[in-house]
Amino acid sequence: MKIEMNINGRKRIFDIRPDELLADTLRRHDYTSVRKGCDTTSCGVCTILIDDEPVPSCAYLTVRAEGKKITTVEGIAEEAERLAGCFGDEGADQCGFCNPGIALSVHALKLSAKAPTEENIRHYLVGHLCRCSGYQSQVKAIRRYLGDTT
Amino acid sequence: MKFTNYHRAQSLEDAHKTLQKDKSNTIVGGGLWLKLSRREVDTAVDLAGLDLDLIETTDKTIRIGAMTTLTQIEESDTLRQIASGILVEAVSEIMGRQLRNVATLGGSIIGRYGFSDCITPLLALDARLDFHERGIVSLQDFLTEKGKVDDILKAVVIDKTKAKGYFKKVKKTAHDFPILNVAVVKSEDGTRIAIGSRPAVATLAQAAMDHLAAATTIDKKTITQAARIAKESLKYSTNHRAGAEYRAHLAEVYTRRGLMEVNGLED
Ligand SMILES: Cc1cc2nc3c(=O)[nH]c(=O)nc-3n(C[C@H](O)[C@H](O)[C@H](O)COP(=O)(O)OP(=O)(O)OC[C@H]3O[C@@H](n4cnc5c(N)ncnc54)[C@H](O)[C@@H]3O)c2cc1C
Repeated sequence: MKIEMNINGRKRIFDIRPDELLADTLRRHDYTSVRKGCDTTSCGVCTILIDDEPVPSCAYLTVRAEGKKITTVEGIAEEAERLAGCFGDEGADQCGFCNPGIALSVHALKLSAKAPTEENIRHYLVGHLCRCSGYQSQVKAIRRYLGDTT
Repeated sequence: MKFTNYHRAQSLEDAHKTLQKDKSNTIVGGGLWLKLSRREVDTAVDLAGLDLDLIETTDKTIRIGAMTTLTQIEESDTLRQIASGILVEAVSEIMGRQLRNVATLGGSIIGRYGFSDCITPLLALDARLDFHERGIVSLQDFLTEKGKVDDILKAVVIDKTKAKGYFKKVKKTAHDFPILNVAVVKSEDGTRIAIGSRPAVATLAQAAMDHLAAATTIDKKTITQAARIAKESLKYSTNHRAGAEYRAHLAEVYTRRGLMEVNGLED
């Protein structure tokens, strides 16, 4: 079946299977920043934004994305780079596998909350596992990033 | 789950008809739990677009559509005001924002999941389920039934009555399933105590509730007795998350704390 969606500001039409999941569709079309980790909606690395809200693309039916606005980290490249700078400054980075998903959630948080507190940030990011750095330095980096840009 | 055909229902009647066409046909809520199953299905029936994702209020009740996401519940000012916002609190502790943006209330109830953090507060709130074919069924009755549900859940209905509520999810990490959860609601009609993830699905601590209903005054002593009864009258089991004895202990402690809180008492 054919489906149309807007990915990072560009209209795309894909031929998909009815039971296809969005992470697979996106990766097949070279949006490789969308990672597959646990494949059970537990780890957060497959996070993308649909209409500016984070969703786990590993479990989201592609057919449901018809007509929706999809954002992958390629679509927020400048912001992601600024966030990466803050991660570097705070020593919040090692392998980087979880970073695209986290960058998208941070972007969504920024769009939805005016001045998120540390508690808001921690609550919003519960769905992102990071096995390298621990979470303290990430939260510091995100606070610095949000402080710098909002 | 694998399926051959996808059908976006045009109406509830259409969804129901399609569901009946083949034994394997399945309703999709958020699809997150279904994704984990190995089922092979002929047609997946999508309820999106049928306005089942609304939280509506009448004079006396609140009706939460089956396709309402956990995020919508978490952000509902209406639900925040019901029984100290226990449903909102319970939902906001489920996994991360991504999951809550997709998981639906209907999908969270139909499976009668033992670990459910939605069912426990809803049972304490005496929720009713509104099905397409069967009509209204109390959540309490639904939980005692077994087998596949061939009907479509339209909405969950709760009362707007003034009540105080308490909810506790015991878990090992921010991201984990519950080891045990407890919900207590005190309204004009009395006190309801629900205990879930024992690890069996939530049930009312009926004997403890009866003890409170029979008491002439509710004080520390009656509360301590009721909490002990909640521990002793329900069955707790062991799984990879926790032992039966530990669960029973938690049930007593948090039932007591919940009862103290809804009665405005302090230790
Ligand atoms: C990794 C992970 C961790 C989780 N952790 C927790 C937790 O800690 N606490 C907790 O409470 N929950 C937890 N959940 C469960 C989650 O909150 C949802 O309850 C679950 O995903 C089901 O919701 P869904 O909308 O995805 O349902 P689906 O997967 O779409 O459906 C589940 C079942 O319900 C049926 N169904 C759905 N809607 C209807 C309807 N309207 N009428 C009739 N049948 C219907 C489907 O056919 C299917 O059989 C977790 C889930 C996952 C994947």
